[in-house]
Parts: sequence; C-alpha cells; structure tokens
Amino acid sequence: MNWKNNVQLTWMVILRLLIGWHFLYEGIAKLVNPNWTSAFYLLDSQGWFSPFFHSLTLNSDVLATVDFLNVWGLIFIGLGLILGLFTRVATMAGIVLLAFYYLSHPPFVGLKYASPMEGNYLVVDKTLIELAALAVLYVFPTGKEIGVDRWVLGRKKNKKQVK
Amino acid sequence: MEMESDNKENSLSGKVHRREWVKTLATVPVLGVFAYAWYRKRRYDRLLKKNIFSELNMSTNPVPAPPPLSEGKTLRLGIIGYGIRGPHLARAAGFAHPAWIDTVRDAAAINPSDTRYQDFLAQDDLNVVVNGVCDIFDTYGELAVEAGANIYREGTGGKMGDAPRRFKNYKELCASPDIDAVIIATPDHWHGPMTIEAARNGKHVYCEKPMTWTVQETYEVVKAVKENGVVFQLGHQGRQTESYIKAREAIEKDLLGKITLIEVTTNRNDPNGAWVYPIHPDAGPDTIDWEQFIGPAPWHEFSLERFFRWRCWWDYSTGLSGDLLTHEYDAMNQILGLGIPRSAVSSGGIYFYKDGRTVPDVLHTVFEYPEKDLTLMYSATLASQRSRGKVIMGHDASMEMGDTLIIKADPASTRYAKQIRKGIIDPSLPIYTYTPGTKQVDAVTSATEQYFAGRGLLYTYRGGKRVDTTHLHIREWIDAIRTGSPTSCHIDAGFEEAMTAHMGTIAYREGRKVYWDPDKQQII
Repeated sequence: MNWKNNVQLTWMVILRLLIGWHFLYEGIAKLVNPNWTSAFYLLDSQGWFSPFFHSLTLNSDVLATVDFLNVWGLIFIGLGLILGLFTRVATMAGIVLLAFYYLSHPPFVGLKYASPMEGNYLVVDKTLIELAALAVLYVFPTGKEIGVDRWVLGRKKNKKQVK
Repeated sequence: MEMESDNKENSLSGKVHRREWVKTLATVPVLGVFAYAWYRKRRYDRLLKKNIFSELNMSTNPVPAPPPLSEGKTLRLGIIGYGIRGPHLARAAGFAHPAWIDTVRDAAAINPSDTRYQDFLAQDDLNVVVNGVCDIFDTYGELAVEAGANIYREGTGGKMGDAPRRFKNYKELCASPDIDAVIIATPDHWHGPMTIEAARNGKHVYCEKPMTWTVQETYEVVKAVKENGVVFQLGHQGRQTESYIKAREAIEKDLLGKITLIEVTTNRNDPNGAWVYPIHPDAGPDTIDWEQFIGPAPWHEFSLERFFRWRCWWDYSTGLSGDLLTHEYDAMNQILGLGIPRSAVSSGGIYFYKDGRTVPDVLHTVFEYPEKDLTLMYSATLASQRSRGKVIMGHDASMEMGDTLIIKADPASTRYAKQIRKGIIDPSLPIYTYTPGTKQVDAVTSATEQYFAGRGLLYTYRGGKRVDTTHLHIREWIDAIRTGSPTSCHIDAGFEEAMTAHMGTIAYREGRKVYWDPDKQQII
C-alpha cells in the first residue's frame, strides 16, 4: 500500500483504533455482566432472517455457544484492530459480526423493536456505517504500516528470504 | 575512515531498527488508555452499586433450592374434583393424564422452547400414590382414574400402574381407609363441607382457594382441622413465588419506608379468564350427578352452563372476591402479615358479560387497616387486560411485584434524600430489581397463562431452575404431613383469607361498609 502522505495513514489508523475500542468494550462489558445473554436481543429480531435468529435461542447449548462466540469475537476483533495484529482477519470478522447484527435488526419500514434504539434510522443505521468503515479499513489495510502485523509479516518475509 | 563509516551504518541500522519497533508497537499504549478508562468506569459502577447496596442491605443470593424431599412411607392421596384445576394439581403431585403427556410431547417436538414436557419429567417424585378419585361428571371421573394410574409419566398406550378406585360420592372417598390425604378442587360451595368431612375422617387436606363459600362454615372448617390435627394447606401457590420471598425481605429491611397504600389488580380480557369455560360434549343429565353438584347451594334445575361455568353464579361461587382477589390478598398477607382488615367497601357491576351471571365482572374493594395506617385497594376488570400491576407504596420507595420485583425510590423520599441529591440514586431508575432465572427463555402460551406468569402464579425459580409453583406448594404440604413442618398457607392464613374475601363480597352484595370485630372474631 502506497500512502500519499502520513495524514492519510494517521486517520486510517485512528479509525481502526476507534472501531477496535468500541468492539473491545462491547465484548468486555458483556463478559463481566453475569446476567448478560444474547437471548433477548435474538428474540427481538425482525425481518427476513428473524426465524434464523430466533432459532438460535431454542436450545440452551446453541445459545451458550452464540453468547461465547459473540463475547470473545468482540474482544479479539477489538484487540486485533487496536494492536494491528492479524488486522485483515479481525477486520473481516468484524464485518461478518456487524452483518449479523444488522440483518437481525434491519431498520426497515414497518419493523418495530422492543430494544431501545438511540437514534432515528431508516435502512441505514450506525451498525451499517461501522460495517462500511471496516470495509474501508479492509481495502486500505494499515496493520502492516502501524501495528504488530509489521513484525508478523516481517518474520514471514525473512523466512522466505532465508529459504 | 573505514571505522567511521561502519559506525555510521551501525547507528543508521539502529535507528531503522528503532523506527521499525515504534511503528510495530505504536498503538499498544491505546490498550493502556483503554484499561485505565475501563478501570475508572468499573470503580465508579462498583461505588454506585456499593453505596446503594449498603443502603439497601439486601442479600444478593437467590432463594435456595427446596430441601431434599422428606423421607417416609408412601402417602396415599385422594383427588376430589378433576375439572380444570384438578388436573393441574394432580400433575403437580406427579400424575398427568396420558393425553396431556401426548400434547406437551408433541408441542415440544414442534417448538423446542416449550419445555412443559421436559419440566414435568424433571419434577421430583413425591413418593405418593393416588388411591381414590371422585368427580361427579363421569368423563372427568374416568380421566382422573387414568391420570392416577399414570405413575410412569407415559403418553397414550404407555405402561400404567394400578388404577385408583373411582368414588361416586366424596363422603365415601373421605371414609376410605386406604387414603391418607385429599386434594380438593371442586366449586367454591363445596370447599368447606369437603374439608370438614375429610378432617373429621382424619385425612390431611390440600384445598383450592377460597377456603370457604359462607362465613359460618369458615369457623367450622378451622374447628374441624384443628380438632382433628390434620395438616391443611390452602391452594395459594403464590406462597412459593421466589420474588415474593425477596419482597418480604425488602419489607423486613424497611426499604419502602412507611407504607400507606397497596394497590392490587386483576386485568383479564378473554372468555376463559371471565369463567366462560367450554361445555364438554359428553355432558348431560345422565353423566352428571346434578343433585350432588347442588349440595349446599339453593336448588336449580339442571343446567350445563351452571355446571361448567359455576364461577358466574353466587349460588356456587364467591365471584372476583373469592376467586382472584384472594390471590392478591394472600400475596400481600404473606409479605406484610396484614391479617383481617378492619373494614371493607366494594363497588362494581356486571358491565361486559351480560350472559345471565350474577357475580360482577368489574369490582373494586377497599380494605382499611387503621392499626397499620394503610389501605389495601383491589380493582378488577374481566374486560380489559391493560396491565396495572401490584404495587406497594411507601414514603421512601415503591415496589412493583410480579415474577420480577422492581423497587424505585420516591423522588420526595426522606430516607434516600441525600443519595438522590448526590446522584447516587436516580428515582427514575430502580434501586433494586430481582428477576428470577434471567438466563432462561420462557414459553408461556395462552393469554391466561401469560396473565398468571406475570403475576408469579405459574412458574417460579429455585436455584436457577424453573419449577411449577403448585408443585412446590403441594410438596410443602406433603413434607409437612411427613415431618410435622408447618405449611405456609395454613389454616390461620386460610381463615384470614376467607374472612377478608367474605367482607368484600358482603360489602358488594349488601351495598354497605362492612366491619370486622377482632374481639368477637365476627363480620359486622
């Protein structure tokens, strides 16, 4: 990736850090709350994919798995984005997770949710915007410039050169 | 010269090296900032919580699981009445009709969140048998026999145990030597006479609410139960509701301050909830012992409506007061130890179900407790299910009760004034909530069932596990028979419940203020 100047790179890294922070805190807040479960959120799902999201709550083992993947997914994506470690994998995982959130609660006309929303949304909501921001980070990767990936990829390169 | 250039190169590669590491680890400090921010937030939340909790001094533990089942010989039950409530009580004792097993097993196959089948199979075996059943409608009598034989909890065609004997008359059942205890689930006008008959025969009694139909028989029931030393449990299963036990703790710790008003309500809006039950196709003069149905009630010619929808007529029923007010009252009596009120006034009417019924479908009763400085207000409608909750109002806080418990500080509270000013307590947010089994997803089906669940009358939780409150209530009665431990809705609580309900009914029917004379123990 050839950055025209450092300002571009700096702002891309800041965006990565902000999203990473958000993911990390969402994960940790759920982790430390003994009563947290995704069940109520999933049951509140509306729209085309709601039968799928509802079905996840039917079996307590499945629900426990969903809860586990969600919490640790959020935490690892958050750490990945902040540290710039496995940045592309973390970014893609974040996009997938946000797509699930968006599809479970699409802000479409006529759909009403029990869980409160903090703004007014029509088709586009903050989840979708965060998803798009991650997509931008995916196509303009910064982990190799500023991040632990620099070291990880450097090692790989060195190994190749040795061979 | 050479050495100099070597040095230069070294220092350059050192610089490159350093710059490389800076670029690699540049964002790590962000994690430090995050950790610090999170630590601050945790500390703030904990401080807030600690401040509130030290003020409230409420225990954070859930209500413990019931003690292990009492040991002893198998208890032999008789079931009198197997209409609507009877089958539920039989299941709570461990005996489901095979057809019911089929229904819930099929339902669970379609909808895995419908856990009725699973819950029933998981229900503890109480070490009881059903030796006799009695219902004056042949179809119900036969169903009761089949349920009593279903000791392996099987569906249709499954392995069955010995069939219990079907008695045509409750007196024969009560006299039967192979029965130790009876469960009574008959219309209200039979509760008293049957309890008296059973007690005189030395049988322990679990009787559905209300305890009695008339004032006079209330004294006789108490006398018969006490004189014969039998264990009595009145069917207010709300006694087992976990959140009520927590509510009592909140009252004992004086979280609400001085309580002057309690508001309890009934809000139903479906025919089933208004006692317009379906009429069984097999029912007729040949299959129903009508004379025995009438019993102590005034004579009326055979009527299917009256037989199946008996709650709609004073001739057999105690109306809203006996049927639904008693649940609300008993919950409050359990939590606050109210006892019998000093006075009662009632008003209401038949405003929606103009189907020939004589009991009102809208009723309000106000009970006064001058010694306790408080009013208990009951308001009921059978034609709107707008939820109005159950609220205890104190000067410092109010408590809303259902299967969850919510306590909110009053903005003008004296006790919490300092914390409200400091921002530690926000009156718009609960200072205490108690939601049993928060990790559980419940499937409650019909509107009536949802109504009951919302009032904590259907399910409760013990040790995080969902249990039927009626099962716990029957279990407590059976343990009491075996070990001599007390029942929670004992005969004295039953006396208070019955007299309170009668006061409300008399006030409505006679259109006057009714008083309780505590010295003479009489309604005047």
